[in-house]
Amino acid sequence: MSDAPVLSVRDLRVHYGTVRGTVRAVDRVSFDIGAAEVLGLVGESGCGKSTLGRGVLGLLPEGAASDGQVLYGGRNLVGLSPRQLSGLRGPELGLIFQEPMTRLNPLLRIEDHFKETLEQHEPQLTEREIRQRSLETLGRMGIPPTRFRQYPHEFSGGMRQRIMIALALVLRPKLLVADEPTTSLDVIVEAQILAILADLKRDFGTALLLITHNLGIIAEACDRVAVMYAGKIVEEGPARDVFADPAHPYTRELLRSTISLETTELHSIPGAPPNLIDPPAGCHFHPRCPDVMRVCSWKQPIDVAPGPDRRVQCWLHGPEAEIPPGEAAGLEREEIAVADEA
Amino acid sequence: MPTKPDAEPLVSVRNLKTYYSIRGSFGDRLVGREAGQVKAVDDVSFDLRKGEVLGLVGESGSGKTTLGRTLLGLVRATDGSVMFEGRDITKLSERELRAHRRRMQIVFQDPHASLNPAMTIGDAVGHPLRIHGLVQGRDQMRRRVAEALEIVGLSPAEQFLDKYPSDLSGGQKQRAVIARAVILNPVLLVADEPVSMLDMSVRAKILELMLNLKHEFDLSYLYITHDLATAKFFCDRIAILYLGRIVEIGPSAAIYEEPKHPYTQALLRAIPEPDPLRTVPRDLPRGEVPDAARPPRGCSFHPRCPRAFEICGWETRDLRDLLEAHWARTGAEEYEAERPLFGDLDSLSASNGVAVRVPARAGATGGDLLAILERVRADEPDEPFWKGVRAMHAGADALEIEWNEPREPRLVASGPVEVECHLYG
Repeated sequence: MSDAPVLSVRDLRVHYGTVRGTVRAVDRVSFDIGAAEVLGLVGESGCGKSTLGRGVLGLLPEGAASDGQVLYGGRNLVGLSPRQLSGLRGPELGLIFQEPMTRLNPLLRIEDHFKETLEQHEPQLTEREIRQRSLETLGRMGIPPTRFRQYPHEFSGGMRQRIMIALALVLRPKLLVADEPTTSLDVIVEAQILAILADLKRDFGTALLLITHNLGIIAEACDRVAVMYAGKIVEEGPARDVFADPAHPYTRELLRSTISLETTELHSIPGAPPNLIDPPAGCHFHPRCPDVMRVCSWKQPIDVAPGPDRRVQCWLHGPEAEIPPGEAAGLEREEIAVADEA
Repeated sequence: MPTKPDAEPLVSVRNLKTYYSIRGSFGDRLVGREAGQVKAVDDVSFDLRKGEVLGLVGESGSGKTTLGRTLLGLVRATDGSVMFEGRDITKLSERELRAHRRRMQIVFQDPHASLNPAMTIGDAVGHPLRIHGLVQGRDQMRRRVAEALEIVGLSPAEQFLDKYPSDLSGGQKQRAVIARAVILNPVLLVADEPVSMLDMSVRAKILELMLNLKHEFDLSYLYITHDLATAKFFCDRIAILYLGRIVEIGPSAAIYEEPKHPYTQALLRAIPEPDPLRTVPRDLPRGEVPDAARPPRGCSFHPRCPRAFEICGWETRDLRDLLEAHWARTGAEEYEAERPLFGDLDSLSASNGVAVRVPARAGATGGDLLAILERVRADEPDEPFWKGVRAMHAGADALEIEWNEPREPRLVASGPVEVECHLYG
């Protein structure tokens, strides 16, 4: 995308305190989302991807601290008051969650959900306009107008997720953040929802940040992919290029361990993801990395470009000037016991 | 003694039915609708051979979990039989079942919920030994538990015996759950989505462990899952379930190479593959698995099936779905113009039979309704629904529609697999 990005995140950090120590859930993360682009954010549980998604919208739990920049429409969202933020959320930035039932009010008809949303954010609309716009958006999600006056419990899980998406899109946001939107759905319904999300740019001109643990979803629905590990984006680039030729060993190993219809041999990554209170020094992935070098164990890698429009944080790709002499030698890895693996 | 031990079934399921009765709502009783029952497992037959991994694959509501539990006697069958080691499980008393449970064990999906948070791993894994009175004294139990933990890779066992579930990762917990399942030396393990809650990088390890255990202890598995990708790798044979019935069953290789049932085909196409050259499939069945309390007529899959035809079981509710899909496409204006011509749509969902009278609201005629339906048909002439319609007559105050007579599909052999679909005779 050559246009100016809809959203630019620079050096975003999100920390929160626990009894065991400070969790560095998002640790100096930067990325852009272009207008009408689908960016997939992929990682395993506990890597900080959901916190990042929420951090972008300023939806952080109490006790969380963030710094850095989230630039949207010339403003830095980090540090805005909750009031200013909630004014942006909805008409500018939308959010869809994994479990739609928890976000719909069981006592309100679908009609009233839409009415409430539109009246709050676009008070100039007439009753008739509200109805027209709601029905049109629902229709595009495959929800018939005959069901407009029903209650959330009268819908199936997939229908509820369609309603949630419609409820976010009826305000025509420029950016939608979808956090595991299909995880609790059956596979055919999941594919139906993914088709809707992949068409957002065509149908609504909306950019999408799609957070998922499923590499298959990234491959099918996303233009670009950002791979997250232990609070950092370790690799980013066009989905096609990253999947064809992953630059980071973690991306490569994650792809290899994904069980798909093409899988003929099981593969897994030794060890387990680190906790984010006290992650390993240097590259956080180095204790599990098959290609680990001496430098990886003490020096944090920096962004380099392994190809056009791509970046990776891995010393394998240099820059060589930053690697002290002799430090590119392989590092003898400690044996990882099976018990630590799973 | 059997001459061909490979072919001997370990479990023989015949015409198994597990129905749950449901209480109707007040409204249902008011209009005289029967509360009825959910046919969670509806006349299912198959064999699980010794040393085999049989996959039960289906979406939520397919009855796969109920089927697994009925097999173990955890849920009472309504009818049919489950022969296991010469006894019919469905006829055993609770006491007799308990003795049998040493031979058949289950691993559940959620390792966090499967372990008592207040019990140490050692106590939890050793619990079955205590229940069945197989150990004397604490030392013997700890020794047996330590052995089991080593077998599942929780090694050195001393490190895990006194830990609590909250100290373990998801994968480690699932290993402990598996240790508890194999400590009694069962011959059959029912694994209900054992890796679904785990991260990708861990799934392979648990599947690998299960395969190793299978070879080491001569186990047979019933692998219950919604995930056709792990099933492909893991299973020798696959049964695809839809609304309580097996719609296709056969060797994995055959099913993945040439899926026959349109539902199996759809499931396989819907799996998101980590191949960026693929895009989201657009030609998938619409809608979702229908309410199991009121399964569609004929083939349960017909309302979603892209290849359905005349005899698949068309009925009046399908007309409602057709109209609703039409209005969702056309938008508010057309809906507001057309909807008032129809009477009560709910009557469409309720009525059964091969002919229906769709009432027009006062002021409208059957001809008006017919005109709308002809427009819907012109929009999408290839919609399978129209194959089900034998005739439409416009009356003065109603539209009469006649459906083609439905036929019940039966599981029939087709090459190496069996499939329940009219496309295959």
